[in-house]
Amino acid sequence: MSEAKKYNAPVTNPETAPFWDAAKQGKFMIKRCTACGEAHYFPRSICPFCFSDKTVWEESSGEAVVYTYSLMRKSPTGPYAIAYVTLKEGPSLQTNIVDCDLETVKIGQKVKVVWKPTDGAPLPFFAPA
Amino acid sequence: MTIKGKAYIAGIYEHPTRHAPDKSTAQLHAEVAKGAIEDAGLTKDDIDGYFCAGDAPGGLWPMVDYLGLNTKKLRHVDSTETGGCSYLIHLGHAAEAIAAGKCSVALVTLAGKPRTGVMPPRASGAEADFELAYGATTHNAYGMCAMRHMHDYGTTSEQLAWIKVAASHHAQYNPHAMLKEVVTVEDVLNSPMISDPLHRMDCCVVTDGGGAMIVTTPEIAKSLKKPLVRLIGHGEAAKGPRGGKDLDLTYSAGVWSGPRAFEEAGVTPKDIKYASIYDSFTITVLMQLEDLGFCKKGEGGKFVADGNLISGVGKLPFNTDGGGLCSNHPVNRGGMTKILEAVRQLRGEAHPKVQVPNCDLAIAHGTGGLLGVRHAASTCILERA
Repeated sequence: MSEAKKYNAPVTNPETAPFWDAAKQGKFMIKRCTACGEAHYFPRSICPFCFSDKTVWEESSGEAVVYTYSLMRKSPTGPYAIAYVTLKEGPSLQTNIVDCDLETVKIGQKVKVVWKPTDGAPLPFFAPA
Repeated sequence: MTIKGKAYIAGIYEHPTRHAPDKSTAQLHAEVAKGAIEDAGLTKDDIDGYFCAGDAPGGLWPMVDYLGLNTKKLRHVDSTETGGCSYLIHLGHAAEAIAAGKCSVALVTLAGKPRTGVMPPRASGAEADFELAYGATTHNAYGMCAMRHMHDYGTTSEQLAWIKVAASHHAQYNPHAMLKEVVTVEDVLNSPMISDPLHRMDCCVVTDGGGAMIVTTPEIAKSLKKPLVRLIGHGEAAKGPRGGKDLDLTYSAGVWSGPRAFEEAGVTPKDIKYASIYDSFTITVLMQLEDLGFCKKGEGGKFVADGNLISGVGKLPFNTDGGGLCSNHPVNRGGMTKILEAVRQLRGEAHPKVQVPNCDLAIAHGTGGLLGVRHAASTCILERA
């Protein structure tokens, strides 16, 4: 079961440390470029769209819909659902859909961020909203 | 500046092994190098360019040393690493180097032992902290592409199964193929689900082995005995989620590498007589056929159904060696074997049961990395001269 799964702590680096610091407070952060207005994920200091360095941290609602998924039937830690979800703020990201009957995961399903502990900062996952 | 017609594939070799517990990875590189050099009718001392990728133990210089390449002559090297399509890119880069006069006889090798040896770890980039925990593997990364393709275009598991069926029809004639049994659509659908919606038979084989080729100048190729096969167009491209904007997993970087290669070659998809299309999974083939322009986006399912990829039956014979789905996928990297079967078709050396009549124009195309995550693509258009 996914609840029993142990996850490695993120390594973190100076560019992404604010994301993991916020994660410890339960806040899911994205980056937005103040030059072109686009949000992106995972966070970079230079905007991947317009290459401006005017990027700022922004708290995401954590609300998303499933863009696609695949149910991995076997693994050393049991079955899991890998997915891309699209945040209300725009960016899509890779994750696992957790805390539900994996057979019920569907494209277009509404999901919300949940956190799973590690020995360091917690990791973001998504569960049915 | 173009590479069109500037480089010929003069030697090819595919290792017959699919299971090599008794050999080292470096040894397999040497064996395929020897095979390709002998196929060309050249000697090791003729090599003045060497290309290898991430499968080469220790990388470029240790391989040059192990193989004993003549370092007084060796004047061009390239260790471009783009996963399974590395060797398609090597072919393009070798042609560029030859066209620029930087080398005249280039050797490209691929070999490894995913079944009986240690595989080099997959490198991770800046995304590591944000993705590694989610367990992306080849199966589920391609599964996510297939799932969305089905959602957007109504593609079915039955249609995907036809790709495996076609590969199996070809593999029955390949004595070295790992899986020689002809399978049906029902067999594929009844095989265990690995990562939805991909069944076991939607997945390629895992094999030890390797392959190599010799790329050379028109003058040297014409002085040798093998039928002449030349590169007339090449394209390369890369694609990833790029910050998560407008994510669309239903197309690959082939939408960019393909047109680049076709434009350089001055031909169109409808001119192609034979297609080597990377078949890590059935969905890989379907998406790439669309991306390369063999059919419209979303119509791949209809295109591959009813045996359209079977040599002698359908309109576009593909992977007549049995491909990665049935024959060989050395080191989990299918780009080299795609080139080798295309060259066999153009030489007229494919198995008579699958040889395409008057095969004078072929495509070899592949992707590297994970189609649903980050990947590269490369397209080569080859012509019988």
